[in-house]
Amino acid sequence: MADVELRHGVPETRALGQVVLHPPRGAYRDVVAGLRQEGFTMCVDVTAVDYLTHPGRSGLPPGVAPERFEVVVTLLSFERRERLRLRVQVPEHDPVLDSLYDLHPSSEAPEREVFDMFGVAFEGHPDLTRILMPEDWEGHPLRKDYSVGRIPVQFKAAGAPR
Amino acid sequence: MTSTERVYPGAITSEGAQELAARGASTAAELLREQGSVLRLSEVAAAEQADRAGPEDETMIINMGPQHPSTHGVLRVMLELEGETVLRTKPIMGYLHTGMEKTGEDLTYLQGATNVTRMDYASPFFNELVFSLATEALLEVDIPPRATWIRMLMCELNRISSHFLFLATNGMDLGAISMILYGWRERDMVLQFFEKTTGLRMNHNYVRPGGVAVDLPDGWRDDVLRLLDALPSRLEEYDDLMTGQPIWRGRTQGIGLLTPEEAVALGATGPILRSTGVPWDLRRDLPYLAYDQVDFNVVVGSYGDVFDRYAIRLNEIRESIDIVRQIVDRMPGGDYRVQDRKITPPPRARIDESMEALIHHFKIFTEGFRVPEGEVYVAVESPRGELGCYLVSDGSGKPYRLHIRGPSFYNLQTLPHMMRGGLIPDAVAVISSVDPIMGEVDR
Repeated sequence: MADVELRHGVPETRALGQVVLHPPRGAYRDVVAGLRQEGFTMCVDVTAVDYLTHPGRSGLPPGVAPERFEVVVTLLSFERRERLRLRVQVPEHDPVLDSLYDLHPSSEAPEREVFDMFGVAFEGHPDLTRILMPEDWEGHPLRKDYSVGRIPVQFKAAGAPR
Repeated sequence: MTSTERVYPGAITSEGAQELAARGASTAAELLREQGSVLRLSEVAAAEQADRAGPEDETMIINMGPQHPSTHGVLRVMLELEGETVLRTKPIMGYLHTGMEKTGEDLTYLQGATNVTRMDYASPFFNELVFSLATEALLEVDIPPRATWIRMLMCELNRISSHFLFLATNGMDLGAISMILYGWRERDMVLQFFEKTTGLRMNHNYVRPGGVAVDLPDGWRDDVLRLLDALPSRLEEYDDLMTGQPIWRGRTQGIGLLTPEEAVALGATGPILRSTGVPWDLRRDLPYLAYDQVDFNVVVGSYGDVFDRYAIRLNEIRESIDIVRQIVDRMPGGDYRVQDRKITPPPRARIDESMEALIHHFKIFTEGFRVPEGEVYVAVESPRGELGCYLVSDGSGKPYRLHIRGPSFYNLQTLPHMMRGGLIPDAVAVISSVDPIMGEVDR
């Protein structure tokens, strides 16, 4: 594999022509702050992927160790008319990541969604509660070990299964 | 992460900590967001307001929704009011959450379009388009020009129908009740063309990976031109009915103000972002399909108020009519889908004569096609803003992860900012001007 380019000190790769940065967990917030100075002023999307059943994923540069969760952030620069994606590895045993809230307030709702769906917590988030599921819901539905169907209805008002 | 020890006003619901808490129970950062002053006040200033014990007795927290006609579905907005003035706002969502992203992981790429089309049910073609573009990016196939132009035609007509839906409901929300009838009437003309082409009025499953499902019907050009000839005069009527009318202007101008900085910081896209004066339209700035080959204007507002958002959508219909005319003139011939038997099924007639065609047909509809490993983010400009699709493939016949970035989900974050200091009737105008579709918010 060719030498990996660095940008803000973290490896940069291209996936199908799209620019992807791979910051480590500790440097993630600083990289986003640096990119914001560079003109990437809008945080368009925050989501996550659970690589439990597909650990050997593609696109990771050498030196980046794959972990179970990957938080994926898409940034947009109006001036440069460019998009940029960050893939951050988050380990299963300690699913915590810095919140981007103070840099990009737009990450408020999507970070809550990632917390709700994957159980990845964001440090520094002002109001980290579930957003789509009821507050007393058990489990994080988009995790790969959370099966589709055959789930007892957890709504309190629902009667016992017939 | 639970914060059950906090005190919540009103009845205990299953939303618990997702609800708007009393002032004393909220942190400074929460208050800052709920009163829509993320970029206006420092956290210290907000903390001082939180300490102000006074208003607790004089303010009241009420629910608007999830069953309120002006919330366009099942959006629940909790408002803290002082008299009739809105102090704090918190949108609460999830009432329409049906786990569509999870469902998408269990459907083949060909079935995927039927799933995503149900997200933003007012502009289904865009959902199908963004999913198909993402799949095609992973497959690295080029679709034929006719398929591209058919997609553009359907999307622009869909933008027209979606904006008519907005004009209808926006008018009704603000008391121009006749608008619901007029808007619906015009929208139905577009839907009739959709029905003729795709067989369905909504949730078409027409744009699919590899092209579109069927070619345009005979006489489509006349149908579209008849439509385009009828619409401009209707838009003039809307101008008479609303744009110049003093009551309409009084209800919308200067209401729900948003600055460009706030819109960018809060991730607002589409007409909300453009209403603040930021000229950003993905069709022009990051062109997809063949939008770089058609001429159109990006409509931009200057005040970022409810009126601007109304006027932008009204004028975007005019721009879309222009685009559709260019598409009708320049529609190329040729295939309407990729002739790659691994991706698109063979024509029905071939199945009777060719064993191989039968096998391809069977394989595609039972197990689907395999998509190379990889991940991609694709975005299109839907009537509500940037509609994105993040698709991860593990090399199998089903997406490993399907994420849709619904513009309404982000646009709703601007609500506390636009509502602050307004009255309850203004809150109705503001929610209406965001034009949220809860199907894509909750997915």
